[in-house]
Amino acid sequence: MAYPVDYKYTKEHEWIKADGAKATIGITAYAQESLGDIVFVDLPKVGTEITAGKTFGTVESVKAVSDLYAPTSGTVTEVNGELATAPENVNKDAHSAWMIKVTLKNPGELNSLLSAADYEKFVAEESGK
Amino acid sequence: MSVLTTAPAKTALNAVHRKMGAKMVEFNGWDMPVEYPPAGGIIAEHMAVRTGVGIFDVSHMGDIRLHGPEALAAVQHLCMNDASKLAIRQAQYSAMLYPQGTFVDDVIVHRLAEHDYLLVINAGTREKDFNWVRDNTKGFKCEVENLSDNYTQIAIQGPKAVDLLQKLTDVDLSTVKFYWFTRGTIMLLRTAKRNLENVPIARTGYTAEDGFEIYIPSDEETSAQVWNELLEVGKEFGVVPCGLGSRNTLRLEGRLALYGHEISDTINVWESGVDRWCKMEKPDFIGRAALEKAKDEGLKRTLVGLEMVGRGIARDDYKVLDQTGKQIGYVTSGSPAPFLRKNIALAYVPPQFAEVGSKVAVEIRGQGVEAQVVPTPFYRRAKKA
Repeated sequence: MAYPVDYKYTKEHEWIKADGAKATIGITAYAQESLGDIVFVDLPKVGTEITAGKTFGTVESVKAVSDLYAPTSGTVTEVNGELATAPENVNKDAHSAWMIKVTLKNPGELNSLLSAADYEKFVAEESGK
Repeated sequence: MSVLTTAPAKTALNAVHRKMGAKMVEFNGWDMPVEYPPAGGIIAEHMAVRTGVGIFDVSHMGDIRLHGPEALAAVQHLCMNDASKLAIRQAQYSAMLYPQGTFVDDVIVHRLAEHDYLLVINAGTREKDFNWVRDNTKGFKCEVENLSDNYTQIAIQGPKAVDLLQKLTDVDLSTVKFYWFTRGTIMLLRTAKRNLENVPIARTGYTAEDGFEIYIPSDEETSAQVWNELLEVGKEFGVVPCGLGSRNTLRLEGRLALYGHEISDTINVWESGVDRWCKMEKPDFIGRAALEKAKDEGLKRTLVGLEMVGRGIARDDYKVLDQTGKQIGYVTSGSPAPFLRKNIALAYVPPQFAEVGSKVAVEIRGQGVEAQVVPTPFYRRAKKA
């Protein structure tokens, strides 16, 4: 599975792509595969403050409910409204089906996240359990 | 034996499921496929059964045989439905009850021969059920045998199930009515080039769809051969291997009860709405006296179907609230319904909220989300002429 090298990753299986103080957040290919058919995505409203490590929404498959964790702190500037009617887009291409865009509070937080190589190693260990 | 402290049990098809890329989960002490992502996953499996055909490994189900001169009397004592109405090779939905009128388990009773009955029971209650049957039939002239490990049970389900299975057997399946069974040869012409003789073939299932369940020898080789033959022959019908995930969504759309959810040792027959299979007029059975008393006392709660009106998915054990936000009940099974494309649930609520159209709410992550009581079953298959 290819994890874009210009993204950063969390151990809770979110990705974040930053461009200066602006960033886009979604869940990883591994996350969507573990969840199975995604049928529901619940996202915060524009203007909501999110906090690194805290939940900002939920994603549900037919069988499971899973919380979304903020990779960094920031303010929501845009929400992918398409996912309200087409949540299966996350299954089709998790790394382009973004969930929210944020203005970062502290871009320095990005440094504590996993690189693509580290994340790949992490999921290999996790799925190998 | 405690299933919690031992490794999960495996059906004879375990290696086949893993080889096919199934996602495996532990279910009631069994290592079972929940879905087959390479075949499309839960939604595709669900749709295949509603519109074509799917096959399920349900070998984790148990089988208890009662035979002998007083087998019927024993079954009548143990089960709430009237087994005296069964012709040879006919089956019925039934349940075994505790003296307090709650459920030991729900079962399918097959009448195999004159004094010969088979109870098909749930995976999670195998040991408990067998002990219950053995302990409560001691006074009857009948043998109790646990045949659970003798069979690999495969369910072939969907409107095209009959077409698929007909290609493998010499019996005319059109003569087998729903909830009847037959015995026939299963011919493995394309893969193993051998025949299995005298295989029980029942027109039963747990998907609210037409279909069959076959009981074949439980050795790994035979089990894999039949499974692979079904997939091979079923290609022209678009057959899909199905796991427990779609089995659950299919049975929920059809309002079929699941032990530990809609029925359990704390829920009685009247509450659970399976009373059309409880025959109070037949000879005495375990639980009957308590049910009579419970009927006089009236219902405190009843099982209803809910459809989400607001955005959200009701899940097992979520709270059901009235319009003021006070808890009035709980969800027993909740899920997206892939065929109906709605979010549905079964829930226990007080009878005053049970009327179709009643507005309630389901608490989802701390918020009450609007839902309403709808008729059940949520899905009913079209009857063929």
